Amino acid sequence: MKREPPRTLADYGPLFFPATMLTVFFVVPFGTMIAVSFFQRQQGGFYTPAFVWSNYERFLSVFFGNVLGFSLMLAITVAICCVVLALPFTYCLTRMSRRAQVLWLVGLLSVLSLSEVIIGFAWSTLFSRTAGITNLLVAIGIMDAPRALYPGFGAVLTGMVYQAFPYTVLVLFPALVRLDPTLTEAARTLGSSPLRAFFNVVVPALRNTIVATLIMVFIFALGSYLLPQILGRPQHWTLSVLITDQAIYQSNMPFAAAMAVFLVLVTLALVSLTLFIGRKGEVA
Amino acid sequence: MSGLVLKDISKRFGSFTAVSHVDISVPHGTFVCMLGPSGCGKTTLLRMIAGLDEPSEGAILLDGADITPIPTHKRNLGMVFQSLALFPHLNVAENIAYPLRIRGVAKEDQKKRVDELLQMIHLQGYGERPVSKLSGGQRQRVAIARALALSPKLFLLDEPLSALDAKLREAMQVELRQLQQRLGITTIVVTHDQREAMTMADTVVVMNGGEIRQAASPVDIYRNPADTFVADFIGSTNLLEMSADSAGRATILGKPMAGLKLPTGLAKASVSIRPEDLHLTAPGGDAIDGTVTFIRDLGGTIETFIDVSGQSIVAVSTPRARPEVSVGQKVGVVLPDEACVVLKR
Ligand SMILES: Nc1ncnc2c1ncn2[C@@H]1O[C@H](COP(=O)(O)OP(=O)(O)OP(=O)(O)O)[C@@H](O)[C@H]1O
Ligand SMILES: [Mg+2]
Repeated sequence: MKREPPRTLADYGPLFFPATMLTVFFVVPFGTMIAVSFFQRQQGGFYTPAFVWSNYERFLSVFFGNVLGFSLMLAITVAICCVVLALPFTYCLTRMSRRAQVLWLVGLLSVLSLSEVIIGFAWSTLFSRTAGITNLLVAIGIMDAPRALYPGFGAVLTGMVYQAFPYTVLVLFPALVRLDPTLTEAARTLGSSPLRAFFNVVVPALRNTIVATLIMVFIFALGSYLLPQILGRPQHWTLSVLITDQAIYQSNMPFAAAMAVFLVLVTLALVSLTLFIGRKGEVA
Repeated sequence: MSGLVLKDISKRFGSFTAVSHVDISVPHGTFVCMLGPSGCGKTTLLRMIAGLDEPSEGAILLDGADITPIPTHKRNLGMVFQSLALFPHLNVAENIAYPLRIRGVAKEDQKKRVDELLQMIHLQGYGERPVSKLSGGQRQRVAIARALALSPKLFLLDEPLSALDAKLREAMQVELRQLQQRLGITTIVVTHDQREAMTMADTVVVMNGGEIRQAASPVDIYRNPADTFVADFIGSTNLLEMSADSAGRATILGKPMAGLKLPTGLAKASVSIRPEDLHLTAPGGDAIDGTVTFIRDLGGTIETFIDVSGQSIVAVSTPRARPEVSVGQKVGVVLPDEACVVLKR
């Protein structure tokens, strides 16, 4: 059946709903933000409509450059850790019995229901000197004295990976379930050990899914602003933390908006670059 | 003994027995077809030979060595899956080279071998194609070439031709058989198409309900089926009841059969007679009387359906020997003694 090109206004009907949603929830807020980022800040937390570049100029400093770099590095690290952990995990999960799969997925979903605040404070307790996991290690004789594992980069990373892990599994799960199990079996009959078969059959066959998951976790991690504050030192604060700080505590909306716009642009650029490289790899 | 030996192999999934007490030996270089209805355990048996499933009981011997505990990737076998399982991220040449790459074969040798294999499957020049851009038959050949790349000791195929249309399937059957004979490789093919099994196999293994019912050459299976299941499953046959009359003589449909004997100690048995072995004559005399109910002219063969006191009998003849009968006519059916196979029921 050949599809007719739409002719009357009614033919465009099905487009109205998504178009409206996109306008109301994305175009309008983002447009407002771009506008605000060019406004002039007044003393006392107000701003007046104007067209000034000063908000962006202030951003172009070594300090904010470092924060931006750290934020991107952290988000990329979180994304890679999540995928590296979740891929074998999910692969094993798809090989389990139906019952075991349901139990695991329910467990993961319950982690999703925890708020960032709870996750942050739970890990800060676990990483503390007085009540943390190091006490367990001392008890079984691996360590000499309990030690605080936070604040620090490791703590931030752990908390964020913990938070993003269930999403990663849920995104990878359908693709891995659909993957033909005879592919790995074929690899095994052709002389590949199960481990090698995983790396040279499962991973390449799932390339596109893996890239999409990396991007999703990266963006998810970029927006995290509570965990770096709870589990990290000021040098571990991300751009999201600074944006929140400017917007809420310093009442500097124009500057916060400028940083947010910049973050969105950098993110879009990185994502397009990843997709571009992925596309090129496919042709080769 | 050189070749493959299965010793008392059983496989249970929970309380369900998929394969029970299979004993069979396959001499080196033999082409075996495993044949049976759906769910009879053919795939399970093949997977155990490949090492993808572990037998619950029994041992598998290859050239005298017990390979039961050896993992799949060290068994040196080639397997073609029903889904073919070609790697979607690799092109034709890379798919075929995969086992060579895994074994660390040098790049130039890989290329040489791949070219050789592409030539063997008549796909020269297709090396750079993605596998998704091949036809069903071409994919089939690529899967076969990939499985044979390392010249394995054992070649296993699970319903390799079932996805192809009838014409192509027949061509591939012949091709596969010729390839096997040229390479002299021990081959086991699972199928549920009995024509396919008869075309290719040295030995046909008929399975039902997880058990082997008969393992013999195609002609033997066809001429001397071991039981009524095999007789009915291989080709078409007329299964008639044989019983003893008051004088103890064997009778079929009320006619005494002087040349046949009931198995000792049994009052009843079955007789299998192939449709092409029946003769039709005028009613009366030694023949069994019946009425022609339907005639099917298939061009190459003519099938005549005859009703004998409620039992339907089929006779097949060639157009030259076309019986001069019409529907509704009374005819006599002659069962030559030598064509009747007496089976326990
Ligand atoms: N992993 C499994 N768990 C439980 N039962 C199984 C499993 N694999 C196979 N079975 C059962 O074992 C029996 C034999 O299956 P198998 O796949 O060997 O049949 P088959 O002869 O290959 O049939 P087909 O011609 O349809 O492919 C079937 O009844 C099937 O339900
Ligand atoms: Mg099967």
